[in-house]
Amino acid sequence: MKAPADYAHLEDQFQARIDAEEKIEPKDWMPDKYRKTLIRQISQHAHSEIVGMLPEGNWVTRAPSLRRKVALLAKVQDEAGHGLYLYGAAETLGAERDDLLDELHTGNAKYSSIFNYPTLSWADIGAIGWLVDGAAIMNQVPLCRCSYGPYARAMVRVCKEESFHQRQGYEIMLTLARGTEAQKKMAQDALNRWWWPSLMMFGPNDAESKHTAQSMAWKIKRFTNDELRQRFVDITAPQAEFIGLTIPDEHLKYNEETGHYDFGPINWDEFWQVVSGEGPCNRQRLKARRRAHEEGQWVRDAALAHAEKRRQRQAAKKDQKVA
Amino acid sequence: MTLADAKYQYLLRMGDNALILGHRLSEWCGHGPILEQDIAITNIALDQVGQARSLLQYAAQLEGKGRTEDNLAYKRDVMEYRNVLLVEQPNENFAYTIVRQFLFDAFNFLLHKSLVNSKDEHLKAIAEKSLKEITYHLRYSSEWMIRLGDGTAESHQKIQTALDDLFIYTGELLTPDAVDQTIFEAGIGPDLTALQAPYQAKIDEILQQATLQKPEVKYMQSGGKDGRMHTEYLGYILAELQFVQRAYPNMEW
Ligand SMILES: [Fe+2]
Ligand SMILES: [Fe+2]
Repeated sequence: MKAPADYAHLEDQFQARIDAEEKIEPKDWMPDKYRKTLIRQISQHAHSEIVGMLPEGNWVTRAPSLRRKVALLAKVQDEAGHGLYLYGAAETLGAERDDLLDELHTGNAKYSSIFNYPTLSWADIGAIGWLVDGAAIMNQVPLCRCSYGPYARAMVRVCKEESFHQRQGYEIMLTLARGTEAQKKMAQDALNRWWWPSLMMFGPNDAESKHTAQSMAWKIKRFTNDELRQRFVDITAPQAEFIGLTIPDEHLKYNEETGHYDFGPINWDEFWQVVSGEGPCNRQRLKARRRAHEEGQWVRDAALAHAEKRRQRQAAKKDQKVA
Repeated sequence: MTLADAKYQYLLRMGDNALILGHRLSEWCGHGPILEQDIAITNIALDQVGQARSLLQYAAQLEGKGRTEDNLAYKRDVMEYRNVLLVEQPNENFAYTIVRQFLFDAFNFLLHKSLVNSKDEHLKAIAEKSLKEITYHLRYSSEWMIRLGDGTAESHQKIQTALDDLFIYTGELLTPDAVDQTIFEAGIGPDLTALQAPYQAKIDEILQQATLQKPEVKYMQSGGKDGRMHTEYLGYILAELQFVQRAYPNMEW
């Protein structure tokens, strides 16, 4: 244990490094709270990638063309890869993947609430790519400059793929919006259902957000929730207009004075309901993750047992040679 | 049978095998036993569906009726599908997935090793690209056969059960019919009878390392590739696969 004075000195030095835009690396000294905050954020992010595979995976077997099927499979596989890098980044902070997964399976760890909404039509796959990956990019591009090196580097790889996903999703929406009446209706319905939950992805208003100030000081976060949300609306509103879909917000309007879009109030009751585990699909998502993990136990056990047998056989062979 | 008919049928068979197996594998996406294997299985699914696209595109071109890969995939019913029965068998658990994959990969590998010498330039080009992928698939499924066979008592029992259930579907892989014969005589594809011994040798080699027993099979199930028969599973696969195009016909997606 460090004496309090030493600790304060280390913290000052640490903050000075952050202020100088130096990257913090796994072996460097860091305050416990910084470590804990990062483990929480990175593991939540990893869980979001993995749980996020479920709503989109739901359409893999039903994709409307082989070209779309291949693109969707590749996208969902990318998300699995993101999960893998992120668990890896959390492990550099001393966390164990198994423990983090336990937290998810017991319902103690959070993941992005957006994935607790159902995918009901093919257009939902377009809406997710366009809006959800689009919102993820807003959140993640600043994370490429996050003070923690391994997280920042993981985000650089992730962001490249997310922007590809976003374009792909938008292209699905564009195709539907330019299609038949039935397709256009499908696209509009998807936008109606995914718009508000997408805005909620940025988290509570700044006044309500309990982690923002400290995370900004540590340069884990670079912009506030409301700043990112505004940027998302500003970019997305003209995109909707371009493909002839209507954002379901009667207050949405470009404000000449501010140079931003004004938008209507978010239903925070719904937000907190879903965060607390009572969204439309929370139970199914957790159940699916738990089931995959439990049903995979014998496979993981077998892989370990086999590796151990091989190791022993090789050791025995070596002994024989020596003797 | 004309060579043109045989070629079309041959391409349909290969394309349907790849598509239906890819479909089965894709059912794992997001539900794998561990993240790394979720990614690996999805990767194989991607390869299979990718191969299906090339093969069905070529089949449609050979047919010459202006159909597309999607017309073939989304608008044929069960009795028009030409995949072998093995690939439509359900996942049940990871052991069934691995056994199905291994039994198919061992065949598919030998087939493609021969097809890279095909006199049909287009098929040859497809086979050259696919062979790289299939070589990896066979390595992957062989390794998992061994891991699960020579893992725990539970995994051993599970994979032996899967093998006992699925082995009856291996017969039609290498039993030639008129289509295979015509293709062989034209120098487009292999003599399937010549692949039987190397196929059994590969199976024996891996089962031995996996400490598994080769099932004794009196009667093999067949009928998928010649369109005489399918299992009841295929109808449900197609109901899912074709849903959007059936519910919203004649649209661009
Ligand atoms: Fe992602
Ligand atoms: Fe993504």
